[in-house]
Amino acid sequence: MVLLVTVEKLGRLRGTAAELAAAARELGGEAEGLVLGADPAAAAQELAAYVPRVVALKGSFDAAEAVAAAAADRAQALGAEVVLFSADRLGQSAAPRVAVRLGGALLEDVTALWREGGALRARRFSYLSRVTETVEAVASPVVVSVKPRALAAAEPAAGAGQVSVEDAPAGGDGRKRVGERTAAQGARLPLEEARVVVAGGRGLGSAERFAQVVEPLAEALGGAVGATRAVVDAGWRPYAEQVGQTGKTVAPELYIALGISGAVQHLSGMNRSKVVVAVNKDADAPIFKVADYGIVGDVEAVGPALLAAVKELAAG
Amino acid sequence: MKVLTVVRQVPDAEARVRAEGGRVDLSGVTFVMDGMDEYGVEEAIRLREAGHDVEIVAVAVGPEHFAEALRRALALGADRAVHVVTDEQLDPVTLAGVVAQVAREEGADLVLTGGKQADWDSAALGPAVAEHLGWPHSDWTTSLALEGRELRLQHDVDDGVEELTVTLPAVVTTQQGLNEPRYPTLPNIMKAKRKELQVRDLAGLGSPAPRVRVVSQEVQVRPRLNKVVGGDPAEAAREVARLLRDEAKVI
Repeated sequence: MVLLVTVEKLGRLRGTAAELAAAARELGGEAEGLVLGADPAAAAQELAAYVPRVVALKGSFDAAEAVAAAAADRAQALGAEVVLFSADRLGQSAAPRVAVRLGGALLEDVTALWREGGALRARRFSYLSRVTETVEAVASPVVVSVKPRALAAAEPAAGAGQVSVEDAPAGGDGRKRVGERTAAQGARLPLEEARVVVAGGRGLGSAERFAQVVEPLAEALGGAVGATRAVVDAGWRPYAEQVGQTGKTVAPELYIALGISGAVQHLSGMNRSKVVVAVNKDADAPIFKVADYGIVGDVEAVGPALLAAVKELAAG
Repeated sequence: MKVLTVVRQVPDAEARVRAEGGRVDLSGVTFVMDGMDEYGVEEAIRLREAGHDVEIVAVAVGPEHFAEALRRALALGADRAVHVVTDEQLDPVTLAGVVAQVAREEGADLVLTGGKQADWDSAALGPAVAEHLGWPHSDWTTSLALEGRELRLQHDVDDGVEELTVTLPAVVTTQQGLNEPRYPTLPNIMKAKRKELQVRDLAGLGSPAPRVRVVSQEVQVRPRLNKVVGGDPAEAAREVARLLRDEAKVI
């Protein structure tokens, strides 16, 4: 039995739930869904398009502790051998707790998951994404967090599954109180979902130049704006736009790096991009090693020239 | 109160990581205290500097050379260090059980650890230690203040920043922005040599069996075209735009 765990978002199913369904199908056997949240009924109906049975638990699941407790209880009741989470922040926070509660193994932030010789194996990154490793669970049950957007979403199954909505037992002992949540400002288009990312670094010289060069190019390409840590630390851009080890990990079709030298911490957040373009005045900058197309030159001149060239192409 | 700050000694971010025969080969690589663990050590020191009565114990579970991270923590301001020496590759959940046992024996009130260490790329240690101990946790923490037995925290969540109030004992994992770590001074490095660095073995902590095994590792190299386009900015830009449309087919 594979248990898929997800937390509803504004009453809807998170897109990553269909990726968990894909992972569950790859493993085969029985599967069941668990949808947690204040308003889980509609999301549970959506998830029932993928799995034959879904339990929706209505309650407060803002904290990872509550998510973990509910998931572990359900897994135990079902005798689940695999528990799947999406490796978003909440999932990465709850999954280790579930593994400890169940006395099982954790396969974290995986990009592929399969059975081999009776064991569960997965692929994941390590060493700041420079290394790809294959890991095997040697304890059971196995809790897995699946890297968002690493797996193709499953297609809905033929018939709708059965849904039951229950009230979550009163939980929490008051040792952790979740207060206000402030939405990240900036990003119009979520970085991780963008097909094109145009990112800027210190080479742009100032917050004003960054806005003048990076923003219009991102807009012209229908993409999102990304930034390096140095730029975020300098206060030029919000943290929500940071790409790298302590920021977001992105893998767009096209990544354009403007005035970015390419520190490993930054590369670890973007080196899975399909096509990379780099513009930097230093021909020896490490960013050129991961670039498909490079222009050695002043980003202040090349950036606007790229914008003009893209517009020219679009105009035919 | 007692603060445990967990540290790992990891390859320098600029180090070239190689793989040989399906294993990462770290020979010749420079190691440093993990940058995110450093935020934890710094935060513990700042609690003391803010006037709280804290004893800071730096803890590492890992091979011999992890002692360097502990010595650095001592030079920065930790009072004592505990090194559980093992060459065994423990997965984060298993290693968390060892840290939890040390925290129990020490009677810790707060455990600080990096949000995601640069060797195993895992964010699991903090939440797993908390679960082993039955404590609450805050991960990706960007702001921390202690009032009595209450921590007021801000931490990164998927779509923004969330405020938390957590009652001690608790586990806190770090995020960039929590603080700006200091450097050890030469006198403090000298003084640190006289501080206690206790060495323990895994057997004394229950010899937990790993729950995950690494089957193989390879260095991920995505083949890149590395085409450098020359000419004046306008020409070069036009050529790159054309290549993106006609060759890469991404615009």
